[in-house]
Amino acid sequence: MIEIKNLSKSFNNKQVLLNINGTFEKGKTNLIIGASGTGKSVLLKCIVGLVQPDEGTISFDGRDFTNADSELKQSIRREIGMLFQGSALFDSKTVEENVMFPLDMLTTMKKDEKLDRANECLKRVGLENANKLYPSEISGGMQKRVGIARAIVLNSRYLFCDEPNSGLDPQTSIKIDNLIKDITEEYNTTTVVVTHDMNSVLEIGERIMFIYKGQKIWEGSNKDILETDVKELQEFIFANKLIRDMKAKKDS
Amino acid sequence: MKSFGKYLILLGSLFTNRERFNVYVKRIVDEAILIGIDSVFIVVIVSTFIGAVTAVQTAYNLVSPLIPLYIIGTIVRDMTVLELAPTITCVVLAGKVGSNIAGGLGTMRITEQVDALEVMGINSASYLILPKIIAAILTFPLLVIIAAFLSIYGGYLAGVLTGVITEKEYIYGIRYQFSGYNITFAIIKSLVFAFLISSISSYQGFYTKGGALEVGQSSTQAVTNSCIAVLCADYLLAQLLL
Repeated sequence: MIEIKNLSKSFNNKQVLLNINGTFEKGKTNLIIGASGTGKSVLLKCIVGLVQPDEGTISFDGRDFTNADSELKQSIRREIGMLFQGSALFDSKTVEENVMFPLDMLTTMKKDEKLDRANECLKRVGLENANKLYPSEISGGMQKRVGIARAIVLNSRYLFCDEPNSGLDPQTSIKIDNLIKDITEEYNTTTVVVTHDMNSVLEIGERIMFIYKGQKIWEGSNKDILETDVKELQEFIFANKLIRDMKAKKDS
Repeated sequence: MKSFGKYLILLGSLFTNRERFNVYVKRIVDEAILIGIDSVFIVVIVSTFIGAVTAVQTAYNLVSPLIPLYIIGTIVRDMTVLELAPTITCVVLAGKVGSNIAGGLGTMRITEQVDALEVMGINSASYLILPKIIAAILTFPLLVIIAAFLSIYGGYLAGVLTGVITEKEYIYGIRYQFSGYNITFAIIKSLVFAFLISSISSYQGFYTKGGALEVGQSSTQAVTNSCIAVLCADYLLAQLLL
């Protein structure tokens, strides 16, 4: 479980996050949603330690990450797998080398073992025949899959995904969403997904945190999000005509 | 001053939380190929022509019959070893290697590849920058030695083939009052320039913010700052060591 307490962050006197509290549960797909520019990605970067918060604490299964010494920080980070918005694959490495990279750097496994593990992860994400290709030679959806394979190769306890569906067609988006959900259940990871895609929210949002202008103003699940009476959240979710129609149909 | 402080902090961070030794060995070999071997061609071309031009222009300026012709060889040798081989080669390398380092790191930064390393718990600065600096320190002196040799040989070709000096005179000239310390001085210069170019370019690339436009700006800044640093260091080293 990941716990956030009173988290605040500002850049150049501009308050980006204010007093955020919340928990992300183990074995569940936790979503952080909100419109563009509301601070979702900054919140995610604070959680994984890429941005130092001004105030507040973040703890990973009771271990204080914000005030941890470099050794503990390092060991927690090695339990984190992250899928970046643009996949962040290393251009100079092949698909297989990208997936093997965390094993090369952080384990003492033999080459054959590493290769087997990388192939196992690539198979898990449905990419068996792309091992020798470079990131520039595969599609955006495939890059996301490789990113997921790299994130889980070390059996990460925590999986973070920053807008996993950005730039993908609806069909591929659903596949990626389901893959994230399946992996969360299979590996029992604490998964945190930042998104503004309502399809993802309804599809995989077991726990949802809604951020509006840097503040958390709603928390719940995909089962009760359509029933919300929070005006800002209603504006966010019902911007989509399909969802408006779906709600109208449900109400009638 | 703020940038200089940040640069020093970056250099300090290269030596904290380092990865395993064998990780660096492989990275250093890869970088040495990129920085050193891939630069051999440009160094060969530039140094050969510079030597040739130096010989021809020295001959053009030697109008007095009182000055022996072998002095052309001596001048080519001293100019090459003291200044042209280490400094001009390194200024050329600042353009080629510096922009490559800054562009590569800048692209990695804006495409979140650096963040990906950090999230994995890897010291991204140490993993990415330290091998570049070590590879530059290892390969630049070799490139300068090649440049010095080819520059003197270029002077020989230009001088002898155009008939301004005989082969015997040129060989005598380049051996005349030879000081071995000049070679040491050239190597010291190349080591300092290697460190400056690789570290300044890495700094510019590593702290790139924004998009493709900013990557281009970082590369330009890396080349400009590296050249200025090389020229300043050139003067300081000449004052201190000669």
